[in-house]
Amino acid sequence: MSVANAILQGIFLGAFYAVLACGLSLMFGVMRIINLAHGDVAVLGAYVVLVIVQSTGLSPLVAFVIALPAMIAFGYVLQLTVLQRALKAGILTPLLATFGLSIVIQNLLLLRFSPDVHSLGASAGALTTESWNVFGSITISALGLVVLAVALVVFAALHLFLSRTRPGWRMRATAEDPDAAELIGIDSRHVYARATAIAVAIAGLGGLFLAIRSVFDPVSGPTQLIFAFEAVVIGGMGSLWGTLLGGLALGVAQTLGAQLNPEYAALSGHLLFLAVLILRFGGVNLARFGARA
Amino acid sequence: MKVRRWTRTSKLFTGGTGMVALLLASVPLAFSPDIVQKTTTLLILVLLAAMWNALAGYGGLLSVGQQAFIGLGAYGTVFFAGFGMPPYIAMVVALVVTGSLSIPISLFALRLRAAQFAIGMWVIAEVASISVRLDQDLGAGTGISLSQLYQYDPNYRQAYTFWLALAFTAVFLAALFFLLRSPLGASLQAIRDDEDAARSLGVRVAARKRLLFVLAGFGCAAAGVLIVANTLFIEPGSVFSVQWSAYMIFMVLVGGLGTFEGPILGAILLFAIQTTFTQGGPWYLVGLGATAALFALLLPRGLWGTIEERLGLRLLPVGYQVVDKK
Repeated sequence: MSVANAILQGIFLGAFYAVLACGLSLMFGVMRIINLAHGDVAVLGAYVVLVIVQSTGLSPLVAFVIALPAMIAFGYVLQLTVLQRALKAGILTPLLATFGLSIVIQNLLLLRFSPDVHSLGASAGALTTESWNVFGSITISALGLVVLAVALVVFAALHLFLSRTRPGWRMRATAEDPDAAELIGIDSRHVYARATAIAVAIAGLGGLFLAIRSVFDPVSGPTQLIFAFEAVVIGGMGSLWGTLLGGLALGVAQTLGAQLNPEYAALSGHLLFLAVLILRFGGVNLARFGARA
Repeated sequence: MKVRRWTRTSKLFTGGTGMVALLLASVPLAFSPDIVQKTTTLLILVLLAAMWNALAGYGGLLSVGQQAFIGLGAYGTVFFAGFGMPPYIAMVVALVVTGSLSIPISLFALRLRAAQFAIGMWVIAEVASISVRLDQDLGAGTGISLSQLYQYDPNYRQAYTFWLALAFTAVFLAALFFLLRSPLGASLQAIRDDEDAARSLGVRVAARKRLLFVLAGFGCAAAGVLIVANTLFIEPGSVFSVQWSAYMIFMVLVGGLGTFEGPILGAILLFAIQTTFTQGGPWYLVGLGATAALFALLLPRGLWGTIEERLGLRLLPVGYQVVDKK
């Protein structure tokens, strides 16, 4: 039964990773770049919410809605100023530029907020305390359910946006072939900026969940980036729904590892990630394996 | 038109570099242990920058996980010294053993591209770091000191460590220098300029990249060995820190990605900055990160690459130049 509970908790945890990874996956899908500052952007979002909560006493969820326009604007500007230029300069430049950006964000946060850890768990009220026991050993927490539901809504909304709306079609066309998209009058700069704005907004949501679930500090970003990237790779790079599944798989791997020894949590997630990479690029392709049989 | 490798300046300078190495060897005889320790740090930075540049500048492999080898080299030294090996022997053994780990890792890592390789290496460093944290005999998360070195008089110890650092740095830089000048080197520089074009001309890209990866693995392990010898104490949180990657990226980008001299210049600059801003602190790191990002975006060939381009200057020639003969 404790294994069943661990799997359920893993799904709740994995839903959080999926939200963190969603924007990373979108940016990779549209622009073929990985933003190494993605985790720091999420943590930045958590700090923005923290500042609003501290100065107004509002609930973190309301504070996030207030912070949202600022996050979207930040994503837009980030794309137009830094990423657009990096994009044109080859495959390594976006990684180098966003790695530099990551260090800048972390240390600006350190300067402004000190290295102290913060949490928004206490200000989220019943959301973090409410939980129900089922069949004795299985615990369902209100927070876990909310994160899972929000994750499903975010992925479904993004899917509908990409498949049913005009801006979504433009984004997919640009992802497919930016030059051809330009020929039919799509401004790729604008499309890319929109994708980054969405990615930053969802990263901010991930930061909000991070802050409510546990604690964060100015240098929490890199760990979040690694987990988010692992979710993207486990699910298959370039696949949006794959990222959701990848996040869930990563969460379950971590909680199952923690069953053995709490210190194995991150380690078992890393090992799953490396195993997936070896299987996919080590000459063994599970998908093709099935097709050949 | 004719093709040349050596110019008068480059001959003078390469000879001069040999002289500088010899002069450096006398540093422990002439200066205080404090200066010897600082110079050791500079040599470690030069070594790290050159190795990261070998990977990224020539192999197009951007790693944010070379701290895996730094940490393994450092912990390997403590591990082998724990068996009763003389500490300086343990350092060489640790270098060989942990550097060799780059061979099995390369079989897997080199199949990854761009971001997958970058973050894949980072995850490998995290796994190495967690493994050390789980080992009580290696001090777990709190760190461990290389107590076997305390048996030496501090002045002698500092001098021995310095000479070892000089030897490692000279050997790895010379290896890279001669590798780049060999016929193999021409193919490496072709990969740097355009991987697909190089492949279509019959360059065995995968094998060449493996060579660079293993060289950089050994070089970073050597740096790790030197770090524990220089500071006597290590903990997983700092020796496996991604900060090392930040330093390497800064040095190489500012100095000049894909140039031989650039990373050395970058290391000297970083060392100068570190000695000036001894408090370190967040502002210094904000500056470091912002500078690296700006160089990547605006001056991708770095300071040295730009100087080379403008002045046609070659100090340590690893390529050839075409000159118009009037």
